[in-house]
Amino acid sequence: MRVSLFATCLGNQFYAEACADAVRLLRHVGVDVDVPEGQTCCGQPAHNAGRPDEARSMATHIMHVFADAEYVVLPSGSCAGMIRSFYRELIDSDPGQAESLAGRTYELSQFLRRVLNVDSLGTGLRGRRVAYHHGCHALRELGVKDEPISLLAGCGAEVVEWEAAEECCGFGGLFSAKLPEVSAAMADRKLDTLPDIDFMTSSDGGCLLQLSGRAAKRRTGPPFVHLASALWRGVTE
Amino acid sequence: MSFTGPTKYREEAAKILRETPEVRTSVTAATRTFDAHRIRAWEQIDAESWRDWARDVKTHALGNLDAYLEQAEEQLTANGAHVHWAETADDALAILSEVVRDHGIESTVKAKSMLSEELGVNKHLEGLGVHVRETDLGEYIIQLLDQPPSHIVGPAIHLSVDDCRRLFHEKLGTPLDAEPDELAGAARDALRAEFLAADLGISGGNFLAADSGTVALIENEGNIRLSTSLPRVHVAFVGIEKLVPRLEDVSGFLQLTARSATGQPIGNFVSLIQGPRKSDEVDGPEEVHVVLVDNGRTKLLADDVAWEALRCVRCGACLNICPVYRQTGGHAYGWTYSGPIGAIIAPGMLGLEEAMPLPFASSLCGACTDVCPVRIPIPELLVHWREQAARQGLTPATETLGLKAYTKLAQSPELFAVANSMLRHVPLELAGRALPVLNGWIQERAAPTSSKKSFLEMWKEGIE
Repeated sequence: MRVSLFATCLGNQFYAEACADAVRLLRHVGVDVDVPEGQTCCGQPAHNAGRPDEARSMATHIMHVFADAEYVVLPSGSCAGMIRSFYRELIDSDPGQAESLAGRTYELSQFLRRVLNVDSLGTGLRGRRVAYHHGCHALRELGVKDEPISLLAGCGAEVVEWEAAEECCGFGGLFSAKLPEVSAAMADRKLDTLPDIDFMTSSDGGCLLQLSGRAAKRRTGPPFVHLASALWRGVTE
Repeated sequence: MSFTGPTKYREEAAKILRETPEVRTSVTAATRTFDAHRIRAWEQIDAESWRDWARDVKTHALGNLDAYLEQAEEQLTANGAHVHWAETADDALAILSEVVRDHGIESTVKAKSMLSEELGVNKHLEGLGVHVRETDLGEYIIQLLDQPPSHIVGPAIHLSVDDCRRLFHEKLGTPLDAEPDELAGAARDALRAEFLAADLGISGGNFLAADSGTVALIENEGNIRLSTSLPRVHVAFVGIEKLVPRLEDVSGFLQLTARSATGQPIGNFVSLIQGPRKSDEVDGPEEVHVVLVDNGRTKLLADDVAWEALRCVRCGACLNICPVYRQTGGHAYGWTYSGPIGAIIAPGMLGLEEAMPLPFASSLCGACTDVCPVRIPIPELLVHWREQAARQGLTPATETLGLKAYTKLAQSPELFAVANSMLRHVPLELAGRALPVLNGWIQERAAPTSSKKSFLEMWKEGIE
């Protein structure tokens, strides 16, 4: 089995090590990984800003980059959601290929659980108290909810109860910059309700940038670890 | 205090967060409770099929609105009610003026009605020299404070019990440590006298069944029943989107609305009003006027995408779950309807320019659409309005240029890599001062730190 990794624009720039951990994880479970050249951005920033022409250009580019992929796996629920939920309608010149790509595209934990049926990666997170932030698009567009939790638990982590676990962190792409005060209040709600934990993790770099950036501004908060890195620690530590 | 329009959303939201942070606490607590009740109430029914049914009935009614409106008018007229058509808020208020003049109205009691808020009924009546009293407890509280509602269902949701204690102490003489029951009792006593003195009752209408000309009203306090049956004249303002084909449909909608709004199987009181008191009846008004209000609704209906928002039953479930709404409550939105539903109907009803930036006041998290009892695809509609805003040049030029430049980069992997590399070496805290997008980010958060090498560089070098 061969997987093409789509690091995503945020992953490539801000979570490079987590993307590398995603490669290590996939290899660890016996998958050949390639990283198609030319990959950039899925187009979600333009799509969410109401710029379908720009979003279409980016989406079409990505569709061609991953045309030959057996599976496309992303360390991001939001970008995977963009491809799965919106490419078909957006790329009206070739909806067939767009739909085919959507059907082969998975968020990392979704791929590990649903396609590979992985349940235990290691025991490296034994005794660790972990809060899992459900990225909105992983949760609602992809229906990914139990997958990351069971993988973390499978590595021995205790995924703690957290009343705000399924609430939006306030990132929302451009929203975070256009309406920063409300966006920050949303992040505060997440941070203020956090139980005592060793680290927080999530499948999405955008959410982690928002939450860790806000925590750094407030000079308080837990360590933030991308899910791919958390799971790789589960394998190696 | 009255609404001045949505355009100051960012400033108003920031002001609420800064100056009255307790609003966020009250709103978050109350909406979380509402939502927990909704979840429980939905678990007791086959909510998914109910929602399909509700969506389909409303879609059908909106698709045949002209016929159902005429049928409703015929039925209501046959029942002895007076039916009026109001294209604008001014038309609706003129009809109200006429009723006031014809009947020598001096004192009015009002049932809770968002449409009456939209039309500005209270201010209008006061201008005519007519005494007007809100009788829903929440509406009564905010009327005493001279504030507009901050939630569709719980208009005083932004206030704490202590806020109410202080208010009632000042206005009604209750002790400062009065229990909520005691406060409600004091309001009840004060309102009873108003009900008995009023010669006009004003209400909205949750649903209007075309087959029988029935205005259906749902409530918990009994004040709507009193407002619509005790005074000698009743005026009901009903938005034209409230039409459903049959009285039988109303029975389903009353339950689904209550379950979605407050988690109740049905409201404590349901009033079904078909016309004035009949000769053999002992109570009810002598005259009933039903004012069918458009005020921007047909304009919204004509929009190929956004018309779906007209299915809304005003349950407030989308406000309750919305993480954006929860931070500020409704006042920040600057008009009657706040939260996700407010953001998707404002551009249609007020005009897009007047509604800015509400379509952008969302992280597109999608929680709202999951709880909408009539399945309005709210995020899709928000993106639709964003698209219209971009087309009409209502978004900042820097945003347009930035996105266009980014799109070019994203199609040129070599340039994209160069830009990535530059970003790694630019001190973002400084760059933020020049770029609005970064500036908004840095205002509230630490600047993000790029990885030492991009992932694509790491990949080329080989990953162990």
